Amino acid sequence: MTSTNHDDEPTTGGARASAGTGDGGRRRGWAVTSEGGQELAARGEVSPLSFLREAGAVLRLSEADVAAMAEQVSADETMIINMGPQHPSTHGVLRLMLELQGEMVLRSKPVIGYLHTGMEKTAEELTYLQGATNVTRMDYASPFFNELVFSLATEALLEVEIPPRATWIRVLLSELNRMSSHFLFLATNGMDLGAVSMMLYGWRERELLLDFYEKVTGLRMNHNFIRPGGVAADLPPGWRDDVLRILDALPPALEDYDILMTGQPIWRERTQGVGVITAEEAMALGATGPILRSTGVPWDLRRSMPYLTYDELEFDVVVGTYGDTFDRYAIRLNEIRESMKIVRQVLDRIPPGDYRVQDKKVTPPPRGRIDQSMEALIHHFKIFTEGFRVPEGEVYVAVESPRGELGCYLVSDGSARPYRLHIRGPSFVNLQTLPHMLRGGLVADAVAIISSVDPIMGEVDR
Amino acid sequence: MGDPLFAEGVDLTVVLIVIGKVVVAFALLMVSVLFMIWFERKLIGDMQNRIGPNRAGPWGILQTLADGIKLFFKEDLIPDRADRVVFKLAPYLSLVPAFLTFTIVPIGGVFEGDRPGTVTIFGRETFLQVADPPIGILVLLAMSSVAVYGVMLAGWSSGSKYPLLGSVRASAQMVSYEAALSLAVASVVLMAGSLSTNTIVAMQGTAPWEWNLFVVVVVPFVVFLLAGTAELNRPPFDLVEAEQELVGGFHTEYSSIRFALFFLAEFMNTVTMAAIVVTLFLGGPRGPILFGPEWLWPPVWFLLKLFVFLFLFVWLRATLPRFRYDQLMDLGWKLLIPLSLGWLMVLAAIRVAQVQDWNVFAVLAVAVAGLLAAAGLLLAAVRTGQAVHRSGEILGEVTERQVEA
Repeated sequence: MTSTNHDDEPTTGGARASAGTGDGGRRRGWAVTSEGGQELAARGEVSPLSFLREAGAVLRLSEADVAAMAEQVSADETMIINMGPQHPSTHGVLRLMLELQGEMVLRSKPVIGYLHTGMEKTAEELTYLQGATNVTRMDYASPFFNELVFSLATEALLEVEIPPRATWIRVLLSELNRMSSHFLFLATNGMDLGAVSMMLYGWRERELLLDFYEKVTGLRMNHNFIRPGGVAADLPPGWRDDVLRILDALPPALEDYDILMTGQPIWRERTQGVGVITAEEAMALGATGPILRSTGVPWDLRRSMPYLTYDELEFDVVVGTYGDTFDRYAIRLNEIRESMKIVRQVLDRIPPGDYRVQDKKVTPPPRGRIDQSMEALIHHFKIFTEGFRVPEGEVYVAVESPRGELGCYLVSDGSARPYRLHIRGPSFVNLQTLPHMLRGGLVADAVAIISSVDPIMGEVDR
Repeated sequence: MGDPLFAEGVDLTVVLIVIGKVVVAFALLMVSVLFMIWFERKLIGDMQNRIGPNRAGPWGILQTLADGIKLFFKEDLIPDRADRVVFKLAPYLSLVPAFLTFTIVPIGGVFEGDRPGTVTIFGRETFLQVADPPIGILVLLAMSSVAVYGVMLAGWSSGSKYPLLGSVRASAQMVSYEAALSLAVASVVLMAGSLSTNTIVAMQGTAPWEWNLFVVVVVPFVVFLLAGTAELNRPPFDLVEAEQELVGGFHTEYSSIRFALFFLAEFMNTVTMAAIVVTLFLGGPRGPILFGPEWLWPPVWFLLKLFVFLFLFVWLRATLPRFRYDQLMDLGWKLLIPLSLGWLMVLAAIRVAQVQDWNVFAVLAVAVAGLLAAAGLLLAAVRTGQAVHRSGEILGEVTERQVEA
């Protein structure tokens, strides 16, 4: 392995992240932040303290353990390899630096920020009505959840009660979106493990749902449909038949997946016992969603802290036992089935009525009134230019997105724009679990594990 | 026996016939590679619910040609850190063996009656294969070993980390599956009593139940097929390239025509391997002659049988996830090699019993008992090995953590 340890290559050079000075990085001209260099430093150049931090002292290892670990392998037996940001399996622009001994991963470090576009900062320049347009682009695989959590936060500050139909429409769209997001996961997870056909099958099923979104919202992604005060429009005529058609089309597809993956011996070999994380570790690292549930903790905000109408709905929280990649796969597969159950209940129970709150402060007047009334025209104009004012205060609202707890922390100073918007992206927090799950696995496992975390980089970097 | 073409000395006609055969074999292989690439893409497109190539030529059949021409005109990059000579040499090390292996495959010829697989060209009797060396099977094994060098050196000489990982995987994988492959072939050689491909085909009958597939009782066939797929680096054994893990494996740094050569070699190997399977186990070009000229049917049967395996390779690719490196090694060393070795011994025992006129059933019983004992020992050895492994001698803290978990 020594022949490959080119000492002048940036990836193996010392970033001296531990020292926090970042001198090494600056000298070589690569990424240095106020936290020091971002690269994974070579074994010999890591201070014991930072080694301890990397190895997860928070969780279980004593300093003596870590010191022993550091000495076990010498630096020239290992190779630091750069995985991403341009790599087929890092789901966008995640960058991982892996320290390998042969093919075994000894240490790893996720490096993020390659998709940072300052969306949280942008939110401070947009009115509350425009805000949904912005947040929907964060987790682009489940846009409805971003809009939902932002709208719920705004509504909490406004203290408005939205009409039941709007709430049920939100539940419907959330659950459909959970399905389409999980289909995307199944597609990429299959592909990462080499079952290339799965990629297209997953997209095929997702396409049915995207077509429905397009019919409802006009767009396949980034809908800006769920807004503070309700939703943008009522469901289009014939939506019920469309949903029923989707619900009929999906079960056979899921059966196919069971044959192609769940029961497939190679698939099970590749995923079972790979990337194991315990409940304590997952909780200590703040992991939520399928990662936490795979360890057997039934933590699902829809159940644990119900919002919308989830307390009235019948569904199971799917949990795993072993906390491995297979459990995370199986949880997502079965959550699709649970979501289908919820959607059927929504079809039965969705009431007629208004799709947005009739509160002059928040809602623009109907189109017909604008032609008749000067006040209505002015009111309409003001809402779309100035926006509506939101009372001073701060609020944290969380929903269960397909990836875990999606939180929105919103501070208002009483103006028409948020003073501060912070999104607690589940992908961002879940990425923390990667170094722990990767350790001791092979490169091939690393790919499976990254895939099973299902990170969406738009949400990680915001 | 040798090719009857050379029985009466070598004159101009013989030389021309040989040159003709070389040209035809080369053309046939190239055309079938063009077809195979198109076929794979089209078929996998169908299996994956999409269209596949449909622009260049009717049904996109010229797509491969278009891609080849495009690649030919691309810039040929050699990485700074590459070992230039080896880097340039590697694609040829991959390509040439693929072609050479094909020369020993009989693609036609009449095997009925006394005729040992010959056709008459310009009044000369000859085999329909470029060469029939008496050590044909050894040539096959030698060539598949040489091909490992192509892949291994390509990865090593690229001077880059992903290709290096790819080539480490390649050498380990191909060398270990080579063993299983050879043992499976040994069963066939044992039953046929010859290393010449022509004789092996001649020893099999026209009817399916007279094929080596049943003569060696299926197991070596299955082992050969699995090991062959691994040797080809085709899914589910495509760890060497593993796009999702190693970006492109050993050929990550290759571009332009050098990349095209690897690509070509890979598909050439696929076709050749399918042809070898047909030759060794499925009676090669043998099959009933239905009507018309008798020289016409053997190539038709050969191509039909070939087609079945090409389809199978594509089907596997569309269906199966990829093995992990250690699982692949487990399958090779702990299952395929012992299995084919044991099977070879049983076949040998039966063979000896037949020759010595012993009681076949008694011999079989003893052989099976011996093998079961050996299998038990092997299993115990593997278990012990795993226990030692788990006790933390080798993986240290990593396994400790797994035990805790």
